[in-house]
Amino acid sequence: MVETFDKPEIRTPENLVYSKTKVLTDNVLSYCPGCGHGTTHRLVAEVIEEMGIQNNTIGVAPVGCSVLAYNFFDIDMQQAAHGRAPALATAIKRLLPERFVFTYQGDGDLAAIGTAETIHACNRGENIVIIFVNNGIYGMTGGQMAPTTLPGMPTSTSPYGRDTQIMGNPLKITELVAQLPGTYMVTRQAVHTPAAVRKAKKAIRQAFENQILNKGVSFVEVVSNCNSGWKLPPVKANEWMVNHMFPFYPLGDIKINGEMVK
Amino acid sequence: MAKITGDIVIDIERCKGCEVCTTACPQEVIAMSKEVNSKGYNYAIKVNANCIGCANCAVVCPDGVITVYRAKV
Ligand SMILES: Cc1ncc(C[n+]2csc(CCOP(=O)(O)OP(=O)(O)O)c2C)c(N)n1
Ligand code: SF4
Ligand code: SF4
Ligand code: SF4
Ligand SMILES: [Mg+2]
Repeated sequence: MVETFDKPEIRTPENLVYSKTKVLTDNVLSYCPGCGHGTTHRLVAEVIEEMGIQNNTIGVAPVGCSVLAYNFFDIDMQQAAHGRAPALATAIKRLLPERFVFTYQGDGDLAAIGTAETIHACNRGENIVIIFVNNGIYGMTGGQMAPTTLPGMPTSTSPYGRDTQIMGNPLKITELVAQLPGTYMVTRQAVHTPAAVRKAKKAIRQAFENQILNKGVSFVEVVSNCNSGWKLPPVKANEWMVNHMFPFYPLGDIKINGEMVK
Repeated sequence: MAKITGDIVIDIERCKGCEVCTTACPQEVIAMSKEVNSKGYNYAIKVNANCIGCANCAVVCPDGVITVYRAKV
């Protein structure tokens, strides 16, 4: 018999310290192995569970790999046209101000086709949460260059690396929205290590709690991987992210309680 | 002082073999199987009894595959 190293005697309800939140459905996530979308979904769902707001939260899914987010969150969801999630969330929140409303968007959705909606929702100070998963690429459509693609980073449409002379500069949209008066909280997180996950969850919790204050947008960027688009196995992709993405997109709080962090 | 022990339950059919949990475990409890699940992924398995129930593996698993127990013995 194969040794399993199981300890059935300690598997009792009072010893349970971690299990998948019920705010995620049992549907198998459509994401590639190791993709940070899955981890980010789980953190948002855990926050909704811990705040007891499962029946009082409406999410808006984007176009991108997370287009099917409504199959994974066991809450009320809408799915917006590409980039329009902040506009749809604006309408939902204004019509149903007692609900917790969030968008969940990739960088192609939020910082390319949806740039106008992002900036205006942030400038108007809509009382919503924006979860922004930045993997520097259009994951869903086959790894094309995004506005967020790093200088020199190879993608399927910049196979020799992004040449900023021809292809322009990457857009740090998170720093940009932090400048706008309508953002109340702006932070950049990651979900590649246990410590980073625990920190990101605190930030997402804070963002959701801010909605009770009615003081504007809480914007949480998660710098993430795209193993398929980057053409790296998951653990290597996370290393690449630490070495290349984090120097350009440094983690940490940018704006807290409406004040820029020095 | 009470000793802490832990155990994890891996839902092998949901595991996508990404190996992110193996690098997160301080006790080197997890490795990948030689067998594959019905989706064709080499899945996570326990290779020793040193689990302390810290839940590091579970919090980094993108697919929510791991359940964690911790007890004083
Ligand atoms: C109007 C419109 N234009 C273009 C597309 C094609 N398209 C689908 S997803 C996507 C980009 C997705 O990238 P991102 O938002 O970064 O999400 P990821 O898959 O990387 O998480 C594009 C351009 C579309 N579906 N609709
Ligand atoms: S293509 Fe990239 S972003 Fe999309 S699921 Fe796969 S790894 Fe994740
Ligand atoms: S709970 Fe901690 S010690 Fe146990 S397998 Fe997971 S990471 Fe390793
Ligand atoms: S992190 Fe999750 S999906 Fe990846 S190998 Fe470990 S158990 Fe499987
Ligand atoms: Mg992307």
